[in-house]
Amino acid sequence: MITHQLSVFLENKSGRLTEVLEVLGEENIRITALSVADTSEFGILRLIVSDPDKARVSLKKKNFTVNLTDVISVMAPNEARYYAKILRILSDLDISVEYTYAFSVGAKSIIILRCSDTEKAIEALKRHEMELLKASDLYKI
Amino acid sequence: MEIWNRPFECMDRNGIRHIQSERLRETVERVYFNVPYYRDKMQKAGLGPENIKSIDDIAKLPFTTKQDLRDNYPFGLFAVPMSEIVRVHASSGTTGKPTVVGYTRNDISTWSEVMARTLTSAGANRNDFIQVAYGYGLFTGGLGLHYGGEKIGASVIPISGGNTMRQIQLMHDFGSTVLACTPSYALFLAEAIQESGIKREDLKLRVGVFGAEPWTENMRREIEDKLRIKAIDIYGLSEVIGPGVASECLVQEGLHIAEDHFYPEIIDPETLQVLPSGSAGELVFTTITKEGLPLIRYRTRDLTRLTHETCKCGRTMVRMEKCLGRSDDMLIIRGVNLFPSQVESVLLEMSEIKPHYLLIVDRINNLDTLELKVEVDEAFFQDKISQLESLRHKLQTNLENSIGLGIKVTLVEPKVLERSEGKAKHVIDKRKY
Repeated sequence: MITHQLSVFLENKSGRLTEVLEVLGEENIRITALSVADTSEFGILRLIVSDPDKARVSLKKKNFTVNLTDVISVMAPNEARYYAKILRILSDLDISVEYTYAFSVGAKSIIILRCSDTEKAIEALKRHEMELLKASDLYKI
Repeated sequence: MEIWNRPFECMDRNGIRHIQSERLRETVERVYFNVPYYRDKMQKAGLGPENIKSIDDIAKLPFTTKQDLRDNYPFGLFAVPMSEIVRVHASSGTTGKPTVVGYTRNDISTWSEVMARTLTSAGANRNDFIQVAYGYGLFTGGLGLHYGGEKIGASVIPISGGNTMRQIQLMHDFGSTVLACTPSYALFLAEAIQESGIKREDLKLRVGVFGAEPWTENMRREIEDKLRIKAIDIYGLSEVIGPGVASECLVQEGLHIAEDHFYPEIIDPETLQVLPSGSAGELVFTTITKEGLPLIRYRTRDLTRLTHETCKCGRTMVRMEKCLGRSDDMLIIRGVNLFPSQVESVLLEMSEIKPHYLLIVDRINNLDTLELKVEVDEAFFQDKISQLESLRHKLQTNLENSIGLGIKVTLVEPKVLERSEGKAKHVIDKRKY
């Protein structure tokens, strides 16, 4: 139920994102989702890719600071109230969401969550019969 | 032009050499019998006080360096009992330990005397209002100017550094005629005055005595144009006494060294051989009247050149040129000394980052800026912005506490910074003096 998300440290300067994508492109890696968190000086690029281990090794070879982070993916109808419900389940248990992002596939949305306690979050979401995606399913999208 | 101490400042060369010889003999005797460190050094060189008969024998004596002061931290090189010390100053050091200097009552009096000469040679007298905008405290700038100002009978305004709006207000309201601060702060003040709306005609400022950091002739012209004053260069270092070691007169052709108190030599920093008058090299000082912390052949690391010609002002005291640079990697930021190794030692204490770094020094709006680029260690990198921000903040705080200067920290990707191939470039100084 845990997805390995690729996190890359980037300085805020033009061309760096392009370089990351070019490295991944050479390895024929596919990207399911991408999100950027940034400050005025640096950013963190977060990616869900088809082969995270291979992506990590190839980026490291090019001197990028890379890490794999455990995130959870939940599939739900792409309506706000479902997103809200998921967050409510977690906050009721004092599980904090460090960040989240989502994308739509048809009428469904896939919600990626980084939680303070991943195991506890998975348990709680399962209890509420939320549809959790396996990493292998996600990488195939 | 007024001269504070004509008998000494205009003495003929033979007279000066006679006094220097006598004072050197006394100093060598004093350190030999009172400072074990100097005695050991002299004995190792096969020297006793009897070998130093005149100033011509000075080159026989071993050098003293900043490292010697550090090795004897805090009071190991003092030549008098602590009961004789009436003042202590200190400057920042590389390993967190400052360089400590101690003054006897006579030393304070010598310092006031040389500062009185400095201020008089800049045209100041008892009718002046001297605004001392150097920092007061462990730094010697503020109190050095203060005592000299009182000695000549001027009215001293001990406003200390910073608080620009108040500087301008008091300059206007009190009618300050002399400004003492770093040259970069003088330029900063000049622009702040323009923006404040106060008219130049309403200020009585006439002359500035600027030092504690290197500056060029271009910068002097800019200060003189913008503030419409005469800008005088002064030189000093706390180890020798503080400001007042040397200063320009209104002729502005080199800085007169108070050589009846501080004997200068120019050496080749590589071979350590004394160079003839007129050659460029490293400035070395022997204090020949100081009691608290006498220094024998202290290597300043400042590069300059000496001339013994009599100045148009009538003073015969040897003159040094504006410093041409340093023979080590010390930086002077807003008047504060900084060695890159100080930064390095802070980095080495933090496991979250790699000890590869680049210091970028610049001058923006006439104020020195300091930026540190440093690499994040991959083992520490997770994917939280807050974690990186708090790391940046922690590093910035640690650095500021250690070096006593504001610094901007920027985290960079690995391998962006040049690796040491022989000697890594750790500093880029973009300032144009």
